[in-house]
Amino acid sequence: MRHYEVNFIVDPVLSGDEVKSTAEIIRKDLEGYGATIVAVDEMGLRQLAYQINRRSSGVYFCIEFGCEVADWLGKFELSLKRNERLLRFLTVKLDKYGIKYNDDKRNGLIGSKKRKEAEAAAAAAAANENVSAPEVVDLDA
Amino acid sequence: MAATREDVKFLSNPKIGLRRKKYCRFRKFGIKYIDYKDADFLLQFINEQGKLLPRRITGNSLKYQRRVATAVKRARVLGMLPFVADLMK
Repeated sequence: MRHYEVNFIVDPVLSGDEVKSTAEIIRKDLEGYGATIVAVDEMGLRQLAYQINRRSSGVYFCIEFGCEVADWLGKFELSLKRNERLLRFLTVKLDKYGIKYNDDKRNGLIGSKKRKEAEAAAAAAAANENVSAPEVVDLDA
Repeated sequence: MAATREDVKFLSNPKIGLRRKKYCRFRKFGIKYIDYKDADFLLQFINEQGKLLPRRITGNSLKYQRRVATAVKRARVLGMLPFVADLMK
């Protein structure tokens, strides 16, 4: 089975629900073609390095999927091209190291210790803000 | 009694001017996959104008230089790195 990764940038002007439904439609599309979805990663609103269609930011999504025969990929990419809610998309075939990397990333094995600690601290701070009673967060775990 | 090297006093530090050997970080640390979505990491391989740095500066082996180049190009398409820039660092 071959693994692929499709990245797409959704127009930030759309409402949160519309953005979510756009990604959901694409995911269902893939399943309709017979692909098995490995993971859907929402990277959130990010600043673009240059303007695309006069937008300076976009909502990033990445879907990893596997399938035996990908002869439908052309059709799928055509549907993405015609989708006016997307700013940009990119489909990439993953080699075995890419599959392993994505696996490790999901399990939190990738990334420097410092950055992870900073993210954990940020998450803890966000959790403290949301919950009225401050939670005890174990940073070592 | 012959003076050992530690006993000899140099006027200046003899290690100054010695160039450290360049190495390919991907081979040395066993990195097999270069993530094109990690823009911060790829920033190490481009210059202030957003151009790819040559192998003679980064020290990458040919195999990984090719992969870095592909990753940077993919990141550019996805709008994570600029095609052209001024003073981006």
